[in-house]
Amino acid sequence: MSFFDKFPAMERTDLRDLKKGIDSSFKEFSRSWGEGIEAFFDPLFYFLVNFEKLLLATPWPIIIAIVAALSYLGSRSWKLSAGAAVSFLVIGYLGMWNNTMSTVALISVATFICIALGIPIGIAMSKSDRLQAIITPILDIMQTIPIFVYLLPVVMLLGIGKVPGLIAVCVYAMPPIVRLTNLGLRLVDKEILEAADAFGSNYRQRLFRVQLPLALPNIFAGVNQTIMMALAMVVIASMIGVKGLGVPVLQSIQNQYLALGLMNGLAIVALAIIFDRVSQQYGKRLQRHREGGSDV
Amino acid sequence: MSDNKIEIKNLYKIFGPDDKNMVKLVADGLGKQELLDQHQHVLGLRDVNIGISASSINVIMGLSGSGKSTLIRHINRLIEPTVGEIIVDGENVLEMDQDKIRDFRRFGASMVFQNFGLMPHRTVLENAMYGLNIQGVVSSEGEKRAQHWLDRVGLSGFEDRFPAQLSGGMQQRVGLARALATDADILLMDEAFSALDPLIRADMQAILLDLQDELHKTIVFITHDLDEALRIGDDIAILRDGELIQKGTPQKIVLKPANDYVADFTKDVNRARVLTLDTLSHEAGSKKGLPLESNLPIEEAMQKMVESKFNLVTVMKNNKAVGQVSLDDMVAAIAKPKPTNSGSTTTYR
Repeated sequence: MSFFDKFPAMERTDLRDLKKGIDSSFKEFSRSWGEGIEAFFDPLFYFLVNFEKLLLATPWPIIIAIVAALSYLGSRSWKLSAGAAVSFLVIGYLGMWNNTMSTVALISVATFICIALGIPIGIAMSKSDRLQAIITPILDIMQTIPIFVYLLPVVMLLGIGKVPGLIAVCVYAMPPIVRLTNLGLRLVDKEILEAADAFGSNYRQRLFRVQLPLALPNIFAGVNQTIMMALAMVVIASMIGVKGLGVPVLQSIQNQYLALGLMNGLAIVALAIIFDRVSQQYGKRLQRHREGGSDV
Repeated sequence: MSDNKIEIKNLYKIFGPDDKNMVKLVADGLGKQELLDQHQHVLGLRDVNIGISASSINVIMGLSGSGKSTLIRHINRLIEPTVGEIIVDGENVLEMDQDKIRDFRRFGASMVFQNFGLMPHRTVLENAMYGLNIQGVVSSEGEKRAQHWLDRVGLSGFEDRFPAQLSGGMQQRVGLARALATDADILLMDEAFSALDPLIRADMQAILLDLQDELHKTIVFITHDLDEALRIGDDIAILRDGELIQKGTPQKIVLKPANDYVADFTKDVNRARVLTLDTLSHEAGSKKGLPLESNLPIEEAMQKMVESKFNLVTVMKNNKAVGQVSLDDMVAAIAKPKPTNSGSTTTYR
């Protein structure tokens, strides 16, 4: 009966050898390819560093003016725009300006990368059921796998710093934009697509003139989610050497600095709320045409 | 048959994974239900042969499931046939490659849809311009042409609205303007007015007839409504279970239904409005009647006879008497037809 009492597990030595084998082959891989991969990500690194430098070098009143202007352009709401400006003033007054600029740079670049990669992937997925069947579980893994588990190989490959942090953020934040692009495109009314076909649209015309515009509200919800998830990763990214609001939060956890943690945490929340409200309002404005009869 | 703009020959459409192999079974007489039960394939169209004449309104009529919407989508190949030919101006649409079929859709045949198929994110003007955008017409020129057609269908002043802000009838006018703007010879209308309420539908029919008087397009019009078919059709084809049952002028369909199925269809029709004097005209006797034009519907002829106290009509064509019709003839024609089975062995199931 020992078969039922004890799970028929692999021999302990075999298991150890297996793990060792995987570890050593990955180390081998990172030793021989690490530099090449690092070089591949260099442009990203320079982009991020220079964007951060630009934000830090710009005088603060200009930054606040830009924040207020962008908020207004996105939401067409003076209240929201004023709220954003006041939040940034308070953040600066409480000495978190530089960290906030670093975080804004990271989030902006990460969101940009996620959109640039995620939307084309979503488009490809919407076209092919097979591709959707392949990519969906990968997205599930990206969203649910414990972050530290994929942080480790990234750090082994690229070391500690901005680029691995950025990659970690992107891995976590990209799934929503891919999923919602795919969903949005698949939800476009079949009859409208048939009409587009009946007038002789080619693939590009159909995609850019009909499908993408009609899927835009969903795609925009995806962008919004991506920004939120990127912000959620700020503290974890700071563990592998990314500067920003996450660093003081991490310090406060280690040293029990309540006030420091609270202030920086609230700064992250403030950023999240501003990004969220502005992008949501913008998404709503894209759907203006859906409101029937309002001005007839 | 040579003046036919579109010639549909031996067209079969079977839905299912093994459709090509099912054709033979269907051609050998396997019915729709048997095909579904025994082979899990759905019969769309069975050996359809229709000539569609140029510059006229060709109505294809049938109840839901008769394959009429499937048939019209074969003409611009939104649906691929199982086997068959569709010849438009001497060219087989079904053999065109991707580029050619796209050009055919852009320049040769435009379409109007049952649920309008408008793009909600484009304004009325932008919707009307869609076909022109796709053709590559520069936008200033396209705007002018789209505006012209919007004016023609009575939508001046609504250019900047979005479709959701318009009523159904107005939305379909946009659909019509969009289709007309491409200047295609062929206009495919798939139950174009079926989603509209009766008054608006009559309006739209009038607009279409008005435009057709001047444009002389080759129109293929799908409908399930016999009154609509009789009102606008120069020629009517009746489909049932994917098969063509009868094709002819409205008068012929009403006077000589090919079988009980068609007769059943036509029994509630206002025959006095459909039948014209020439359909009843027979050789003139010596008696003089009220002279009336041969294409006058009986309904109007009877009214004129009552007013002028005649009980005989002399049928006139180009100012010459070609025959006569008595009041009795008219009453007999309007009375419900006696069941006939002439010319067909198909029984009404």
